Amino acid sequence: MVDLARSHTTVSVERATLRLAGLSGADHANIPWVNHLVDAVRDGVGLEHGVTTPVWDAVRRGEAPDLLTLAQKSASGAVTFRLPEGRDATASRKAARTSVARGIREIDRQRATRDRMVRRFGDPKQKPWIYLIVATGDIYEDIPQAQQAAREGADVIAVIRSTGQSLLDFVPEGATREGYAGTYATQENFRLMRAALDESSKELGRYVRLTNYASGLCMPEIAALAGLERLDMMLNDSMYGILFRDINPVRTFVDQRFSRQVHARAGIIINTGEDNYLTTADAVEAAHTVTVSQLLNEYFAKEAGLEDWQLGLGHAFEINPEIPDSFRLELAHALLARQLFPDAPLKWMPPTKHMTGDVFRGYLLDGFFNLVGAMTGQGILLVGMMTEAVVTPWLSDRDLALQNVRYVLNAAGGLTEDFSPPHDGLIQTRARQVLAEAVDLLDEIVSDTTTKGTAHPQPLLAAIADGTFGSMKRPPTKGKGLDGVVVKADAYDNPATTLLEEGATR
Amino acid sequence: MTRRRDAHDAQRRMEHAEQGELSLTGPGPIVRPFGDTTGDGMVQVSFTLPLPHDKRAEGAALQLAAKMGMEPALLVHAKAIGPHYTFFVVYGSVTHLVDVREVEVTEREFPLLTSKEINSEIKKRLRRKLVVVGACIGTDAHTVGIDAILNIKGFAGEKGLEYYREMTVVNLGAQVLVPDLVNTAREVRADAVLVSQVVTQKDAHIHNTTAMSAAFREAFPAGSVPLLVVGGPRFEEGSAASLGVDRVFGRGTTPGEVASYLVHELVASRTQPDPRGAQR
Repeated sequence: MVDLARSHTTVSVERATLRLAGLSGADHANIPWVNHLVDAVRDGVGLEHGVTTPVWDAVRRGEAPDLLTLAQKSASGAVTFRLPEGRDATASRKAARTSVARGIREIDRQRATRDRMVRRFGDPKQKPWIYLIVATGDIYEDIPQAQQAAREGADVIAVIRSTGQSLLDFVPEGATREGYAGTYATQENFRLMRAALDESSKELGRYVRLTNYASGLCMPEIAALAGLERLDMMLNDSMYGILFRDINPVRTFVDQRFSRQVHARAGIIINTGEDNYLTTADAVEAAHTVTVSQLLNEYFAKEAGLEDWQLGLGHAFEINPEIPDSFRLELAHALLARQLFPDAPLKWMPPTKHMTGDVFRGYLLDGFFNLVGAMTGQGILLVGMMTEAVVTPWLSDRDLALQNVRYVLNAAGGLTEDFSPPHDGLIQTRARQVLAEAVDLLDEIVSDTTTKGTAHPQPLLAAIADGTFGSMKRPPTKGKGLDGVVVKADAYDNPATTLLEEGATR
Repeated sequence: MTRRRDAHDAQRRMEHAEQGELSLTGPGPIVRPFGDTTGDGMVQVSFTLPLPHDKRAEGAALQLAAKMGMEPALLVHAKAIGPHYTFFVVYGSVTHLVDVREVEVTEREFPLLTSKEINSEIKKRLRRKLVVVGACIGTDAHTVGIDAILNIKGFAGEKGLEYYREMTVVNLGAQVLVPDLVNTAREVRADAVLVSQVVTQKDAHIHNTTAMSAAFREAFPAGSVPLLVVGGPRFEEGSAASLGVDRVFGRGTTPGEVASYLVHELVASRTQPDPRGAQR
């Protein structure tokens, strides 16, 4: 799978590279200039050699004085691109690397700023960190809500994205005030929210982290923007887009590798989306698919350079509360994840599927969810709302939810040190069973040779195609964004990938 | 003391209703909320006012309770949420009476059938498979609803429509564009189109549904539009006509109900097999 990711590029990887080189903005129809330029190069000479070599060759030939003008001219078809050879090629590559390195150094600077601010203001006093969501659709409404949530005790603010954004093959531009069930991820929105939370950090004396989503068709670009604007955590799952958004598998694995390389460099903690497996399938039957997904996410993350402390592997409290021993089973699953990944922060997510609208019962369920989080030492706790499935959280819902979290952490936060379930008890037995099922499933995936000799022999692709995960069948030849995938030529060059892999700054 | 008198009065009416007085022995027709005593009218509400927590805010909360018909109202909890807001919990007796005779409900207009009955009805009367297309449209990515109805896995212990031998189910999944839905419905010659809408922010579910129904009415000649069914937790009962669809299903709908409805609308009314033939 890694070879597959290495041997392809995508339109979004190429656009992300241009963004790192400083190209931003959009035309009157809100189509970003990076899209225009990548499309023009693709139409002219193809993307097999990467976008940067022909682009900086055109700048060197005097087609335009800078990237923005070049993109504007190329949008009207006024630029002819070519694949330079010999010394021209070398010089173009060198120029491209110099420009892209500025973006990489900006990411390094932002990481250093975060480190400095954490040193000055400090991390949250308690574990898990308290993670709260804001989602109004309007960035100017989100800001006061996020600041208020931080005052009420949130350590991490996540701005949920507009539901449509996953499938946009461009990143919207500017500050946005319209979104469905969330706010668009844009560079300007990132900047505005980070600046607001810097104020809050100063006010509250603890560094308040900001989260957004590097997922969907523009995963690499959003990762780059997150690095440039000092976001602290990004939702970034290896298979979520494939399974739940029907994005082409190859596109996803290529985009994911680049985005994770950026996150590794930027010191961003990724959050993976295993909770989704449990909302579409039964949380007991599908428990082992969560473990398998966590292992895959861990592998792909480390391969891309992320360290253990950056792996917010996900899992969720979604077992039907009507079944006997549901709480003990939740404990077993949560403890399994904790022990499998002892150095990863782990993101613990609240019940949604069995929240019925009975807010009183929901409040109790959230209390039990918090208790599992406290007993098993989770790193990041997404605060559950009793009004889940009823309304977007009200001010009072959030306040009550935080009281719930505070009560449980205060009353039982130290339970981790007392809680070691007996070897033969239900919890340990169940954890071993889930782990064994996960190993069996991985075995089954690896030993599937039905696609050997085909265009896509990778067993993982075969497993995704035949509905192993989330009961969704996603073949590698289908799905959204497939036309944006390009096989790299031998002479492919991407200075961003090179700088990220070498750890170089120039 | 009003409460005790009310309770006492209720007790008397239960035992010896006076001439012309509504009986309290059976359910209705006039009812009041029930706390612990018949007729006590007790309700609880919670709300937030944009006022700092002080005596004045508590007075304001009681004023609101009075205007909501709570008399007497008991402010049982008040707590500041930050410097500018206060959260209240109020208990009290509402003065309002509810007349059950004036309540309008949409009664289920179709009989509930078992899966066996459904299959045999389709086989006997339609003499071909019933074709159903399902999707989440617009930006909505929440396939929970449509999957609960369509996937074999089902919902509430009932298997989904894919389980029915006599049905052909095409589940297009999430974020399907309306033109694609229309095209698929035409290609597979759908008898019914099921659309699920969970996201309701800015009334997205309403806009998406009306756009969908308009597209179908435009694309198909009158009389051959597939049966349009929409489901989601926030649709109002009885809003089908204004949305341009044939039926709306709300929270808690089971696959069996949807299947029974489809049979009722598309199959049971037939006296002859589908003239379009068995190959469909």
